[in-house]
Amino acid sequence: MLNILKIAVRNLTRFGRRTLLTSSLITLGIVGVLLFIAVSGSFKAIMIGQFTDAMLGHLEVHHKGYVASIDSLPLNLNMQPTMVEKVDQVLKKVDAVESYSERIKLGAMFSNFTETTSIRINGVDPVKEAATTPLLPGRIIEGSKEGALIKPGEILIPTVLARGMKVKVGDTIVLVATNRDGSVNGKTFVVRGILESISGPSGKDGYITLNDARDLLRMKEPEISEIAIRLKNPAKLDQVYAELSQELSGIAGKQGQSAMAGKGGGAALEVHTWADLSPFASIVRMIDLLAVFIKVMMVSIVLISVMNVMVMAVYERIREIGTISAIGTPPGRILSLFLTEGLLLGLGGAALGTAISLAVIYALNVWKVSIHFGMQEQAIKLSPSVSASDVVTIAAMVVIMALLASLQPAWKASRMDPITALGHV
Amino acid sequence: MSLVFAQNLQKTYRSGEVDVLAVKGVDFTIEAKSFVAFVGPSGSGKSTLLNMIGCLDHPTSGKLTVVNTDVATLDRRAAAEFRGKHIGFVFQDFNLIPVLTVYENIEYPLIMVQAWPEAKRRKQVTRLLEAVGMSGQASKRPDQISGGQKQRVAIARALVTDAKLVLADEPTANLDHDTAYRIIGLMKTMRDELGTTFVFSTHDPKIMGEAEVVFTLEDGRMQQPSAKAVAGHA
Repeated sequence: MLNILKIAVRNLTRFGRRTLLTSSLITLGIVGVLLFIAVSGSFKAIMIGQFTDAMLGHLEVHHKGYVASIDSLPLNLNMQPTMVEKVDQVLKKVDAVESYSERIKLGAMFSNFTETTSIRINGVDPVKEAATTPLLPGRIIEGSKEGALIKPGEILIPTVLARGMKVKVGDTIVLVATNRDGSVNGKTFVVRGILESISGPSGKDGYITLNDARDLLRMKEPEISEIAIRLKNPAKLDQVYAELSQELSGIAGKQGQSAMAGKGGGAALEVHTWADLSPFASIVRMIDLLAVFIKVMMVSIVLISVMNVMVMAVYERIREIGTISAIGTPPGRILSLFLTEGLLLGLGGAALGTAISLAVIYALNVWKVSIHFGMQEQAIKLSPSVSASDVVTIAAMVVIMALLASLQPAWKASRMDPITALGHV
Repeated sequence: MSLVFAQNLQKTYRSGEVDVLAVKGVDFTIEAKSFVAFVGPSGSGKSTLLNMIGCLDHPTSGKLTVVNTDVATLDRRAAAEFRGKHIGFVFQDFNLIPVLTVYENIEYPLIMVQAWPEAKRRKQVTRLLEAVGMSGQASKRPDQISGGQKQRVAIARALVTDAKLVLADEPTANLDHDTAYRIIGLMKTMRDELGTTFVFSTHDPKIMGEAEVVFTLEDGRMQQPSAKAVAGHA
């Protein structure tokens, strides 16, 4: 085998420029794919982080049917206190949960005393909300970021609203809301800060404290619209989702409804992942699809270039094949000789491509490449990385493709009639 | 016991729509350790005959026995194995493998065809390098040596597996006269030293004079052996 390897290496170096060109193509393909995976993965993680860490949390628990009607923020689908208490007990038991934040979501009229507009409001516990969506304080572009996120009587408003209503930090505004019984109530708030508006659900919501929301809605009982959950390890989202769905399934509704409804499901409660709640999930899927497409392109590049080289190698060495066949080289050994050449092309390209990719990924991490999104003060720092499994999968794919691409020319070489081959000019 | 025995050997080729009878009922015998030439003009069937003896081609009909084996019955794989074991080839264009050195070219059949251990290989290759006078060129590539030297390497490669029969198709056609004589001389020496049977084809009258047995072919038919051939063979 070592001798076949030695001869294969010499044959490849015989046409050095062509071998180099083909290896470069394979190398470029691998570099392209691994860099795309690394950078798009980092971009994806950052974007997902923006949604989960600034707005949604990783998971959310709602009363059944709430998400289906979420645009109207239905107060009659809030979770009752007993239900909230049970969820609270479950969440405390689940080790993977880092924090969670109860929210009351409501629609209100926002008035600066001269003009009025509508606003979506989240009533939150400032400490729990900051722990569950740690990027939320970072969205405050005007006003103090120090201390509690909001205090009683204060409101955080989105920048689009502040600009449209000409409201500044420290101004007093009025929120008017209708409670579930249909009665209207108003309450004044001081603008504590202005939030950067971001796209996606809740990206243009205002924030007040939970108790202020209850006062505004004149709630008799401490109801909750949703519970946002932050996980210790977002990679375990599906696992925790399944666990929570299971754990919460025993919580009955007001009328004793039985099982909870996971992503659908039976009765009183629903658990949703961030992907169920954010349209960005489809962009994530598109990025994944794009990665598959790029992989297919790379595989095609490898297949075509290796096949081209091997077909040429066979064609140019027909007399040589005739000679080695005439002196008694078994067809299987001729086959392995050409397969080894293809394999070496693939291995060389894969090794070089992987090395270059890892070096570039390392350099990108060292240089801390930043990207600015919207009006965010802080640039997002890309931290591209690629998993060992991705590297191994891509490299293995290339090597297997190189082997497959050389199979046909190698087979042809091994089946060649020695007389015809020796007579080839 | 003869090394090669052919009886009523025929070979028909299909050329387009026409069947071409290249060898027409040839009978001959080649004894072991002989130095034989097939002579005749181009298209007389010399190469076809050598190809059949070398198991590169099958006879259409007739009997052909090489080293006590009915080679007409060998399939592709068995024929390759038979060639690797019993037959060496010397080609008109030398056909050395360009990426290998002189040493490696000679060693090649011992690695790719047979599986000799390293030490045994080294000993055999060194012996043949000396025998063909190429010891000083062992590390050179084929493109760094002359035509005559290439043919010496080719002869060493043909002999390296201890083949019983070496078939050489026009081995001197691409060489000048002096070199051609030296190559034929070397082949004869190898025959004398190693006892290998050499069968070569040529259409050069001076070269054919070096053979001990001459079979003359014309239009696919064997002519009566020459007086020298008969005498030499007796």
